[in-house]
Amino acid sequence: MDPLRQPPSPCSPRPSSPRTQSCEMLGYVGIEAVLDQLKIKAMKMGFEFNIMVVGQSGLGKSTMVNTLFKSKMWKSTLPGLGVPTPKTLQLQSVTHVIEEKGVKLKLTVTDTPGFGDQINNDKCWDPILGYINEQYERYLQEEILITRQRHIPDTRVHCCVYFVPPTGHCLRPLDIEFLQRLCQTVNVVPVIARADSLTIEEREAFRRRIQHNLRTHCIEVYPQKCFDEDINDRILNSKIRQERIPFAVVGADREHLVNGRCVLGRKTKWGIIEVENMAHCEFPLLRDLLIRTHLQDLKDITHNIHYENYRVFRLNKSHVLPRGPGWVNLAPGPAPSPASPQATPRTMKVCRWTQDNSDDEC
Amino acid sequence: MPLVARGSRALAERSRKGGAGEASRSRSPSSSQCWQTAPRRSWSRSRDGRGRWETVCECWGLAIPVRCAFGAGNEDLRNLSLSGHVGFDSLPDQLVNKSTSQGFCFNILCVGETGIGKSTLMDTLFNTKFENDPATHNEPGVRLKARSYELQESNVRLKLTIVDTVGFGDQINKDDSYKPIVEYIDAQFEAYLQEELKIKRSLFNYHDTRIHACLYFIAPTGHSLKSLDLVTMKKLDSKVNIIPIIAKADTIAKNELHKFKSKIMSELVSNGVQIYQFPTDEETVAEINATMSVSPQVHLPFAVVGSTEEVKIGNKMAKARQYPWGVVQVENENHCDFVKLREMLIRVNMEDLREQTHTRHYELYRRCKLEEMGFKDTDPDSKPFSLQETYEAKRNEFLGELQKKEEEMRQMFVMRVKEKEAELKEAEKELHEKFDLLKRTHQEEKKKVEDKKKELEEEVNNFQKKKAAAQLLQSQAQQAGAQQTKKDKDKKNFFFM
Repeated sequence: MDPLRQPPSPCSPRPSSPRTQSCEMLGYVGIEAVLDQLKIKAMKMGFEFNIMVVGQSGLGKSTMVNTLFKSKMWKSTLPGLGVPTPKTLQLQSVTHVIEEKGVKLKLTVTDTPGFGDQINNDKCWDPILGYINEQYERYLQEEILITRQRHIPDTRVHCCVYFVPPTGHCLRPLDIEFLQRLCQTVNVVPVIARADSLTIEEREAFRRRIQHNLRTHCIEVYPQKCFDEDINDRILNSKIRQERIPFAVVGADREHLVNGRCVLGRKTKWGIIEVENMAHCEFPLLRDLLIRTHLQDLKDITHNIHYENYRVFRLNKSHVLPRGPGWVNLAPGPAPSPASPQATPRTMKVCRWTQDNSDDEC
Repeated sequence: MPLVARGSRALAERSRKGGAGEASRSRSPSSSQCWQTAPRRSWSRSRDGRGRWETVCECWGLAIPVRCAFGAGNEDLRNLSLSGHVGFDSLPDQLVNKSTSQGFCFNILCVGETGIGKSTLMDTLFNTKFENDPATHNEPGVRLKARSYELQESNVRLKLTIVDTVGFGDQINKDDSYKPIVEYIDAQFEAYLQEELKIKRSLFNYHDTRIHACLYFIAPTGHSLKSLDLVTMKKLDSKVNIIPIIAKADTIAKNELHKFKSKIMSELVSNGVQIYQFPTDEETVAEINATMSVSPQVHLPFAVVGSTEEVKIGNKMAKARQYPWGVVQVENENHCDFVKLREMLIRVNMEDLREQTHTRHYELYRRCKLEEMGFKDTDPDSKPFSLQETYEAKRNEFLGELQKKEEEMRQMFVMRVKEKEAELKEAEKELHEKFDLLKRTHQEEKKKVEDKKKELEEEVNNFQKKKAAAQLLQSQAQQAGAQQTKKDKDKKNFFFM
């Protein structure tokens, strides 16, 4: 993203046209009741959230998801149970409905077993990109129907959590390649997995190095700098960006007794690593970012920026691609369209830049 | 029941050991099927770790509450319960915060005759004075005047647009009165559709101008609806949420009002006019409706009185209209339905009105418009058509047309050039001819002049000869004698004369 050209923030306040006048109300009208109406409507409809976890096997992805949502989303595989690593990357999705205090959330978690596990990991991001683009495509097809549904089911990936193995050195080439490609299509939150193998100093150094790597390769992870709308968000997000990304997390789904309290943690011979303890790991920060404060923001950015970019790209290219029957028509299949992002990560940047240019002209 | 016993034992085990998942691992996968089918879900109640009562199912050692899943028919949706506080109950707040920072939009259309009280009612509803000059009755046709205002209450910013029909019902021939209104509503839908169909669009920044609510002001005749009202409402009911109101309701007595209302509603029903239905399926809304003691449907159309002047009633000031025979209080529910209108319009259903506009009226418009433009969802082989394909076809068609037009224009141009050339050639020919003619005449004149010149020269020569001869003779005569001189003199005189 060219820092000079800032796209309009997804949720910036609408500019007031010169015709509107500001009026003083002399008494209470009750306009603020619309907030309650919104809440009621939202609670009735329920929320949807789709999260994808990417990382090599054994980094604790499934455990992390279970810990995040405090339930048994996945059966976490123990090593040595004889589950063979898949030969190719497969994507597995599972959907659950969870409810808390009247708020219903339909949560879809997509796992990617086999990522980065082969000897030759070339183009192992293609199935993932294909999956993400396929979800966008699905939404687009629903949206351009003549008679469309009242509520289009949202299967687009809102957030992708990328697990960085705790080598302690810096990002590996596989990580960099993957992050570069994915950051343009989806919100990526990198985390340092299994952080209990690093001491606090090592973690900080590792974090600095990762941040340096991200800056060098121009990888914009979530929260992206260009989408901050007002000063409060900017302050909050830059604090997260500068100090905390990537979070060093530990996942656990067993409970142990510590000082008389039941806490989630990992028990080792030299102590119990508490997941919820800020001094031990940064899991609470990740959870807060993903769920408590930025969930709606993740969805908004996916809908307003990433989906719109995909849509522009698709509608512009549609007259080039051959037509074919079938559901996801106009493209021979989802695989070639992620192939083109290989050619287009640079060109897409350029496209967006020129389009922003033209946008400014209009 | 053995099922229940196992479940509660598993829970007890879990709380004793302090480790979740031990009991669950021993479960066979087949037992997870039991709670996917709804009818077999009722089990016993027991206390969970936190001391709350809940229904317990035996699978996985977890308590699974009896609730329906999202999206009926989706088998892999399972309800999970949470063993701790995750924190997404803040989601509605996050959503509301986002919406608050964006601001809200609300557009009201007021349809009614001139002088029926539209502007006053708006002022009363929103407790402010919108600058509005009263319209005259001399308008030649109906036109719509839209004004936007920014209102703010605590942290909610509302961009309110009020559209007025100026000159409605004033003409002698009111056949076309509804047309400008329908055109305006369609134009707003069209603008939104255009924005949505753009390739590079910015819907989140778009200022929504679609009409969310139409307040139709019915004149308080006390008899029935006018035919103009019926026709206009019939044209508008599929495009906008119509809320009929009886204006200037202080001119109708209470018993007449009741009859008037039922007459209006029966006329609307018999003519098939669909007015806005206030939602009654929501529990919270139903609560509010219950506190209003009767559902709003019974009160429709609302009989309202608008006033911006305050009159002292009792010991406080209230908005009212003062007559010699009494004071009509605007906010008194016994006097008029203003409070109910304000409740239903603003405090309870604003969001629903916007949603209905977007999901029903706009979608209908969009569907009709796209079908009109020739798009279909399925082609004759009932394979789903894509909008892109038809876009493509249309685009090619359009390009072809453009090319044809270009050809035509080119041909026309060539023809005109030829014509012009021919003209010019003719002109050139003429010029040439003229030139020739002129040249000829010039030559002729020249010849004439030359001839004359020659003649003159000849004459001069003759004269010279004669002069010479005369001189010779003279010299001879001088030699001949003096008498001859006189004759010569006479001859000379004669010569020179």
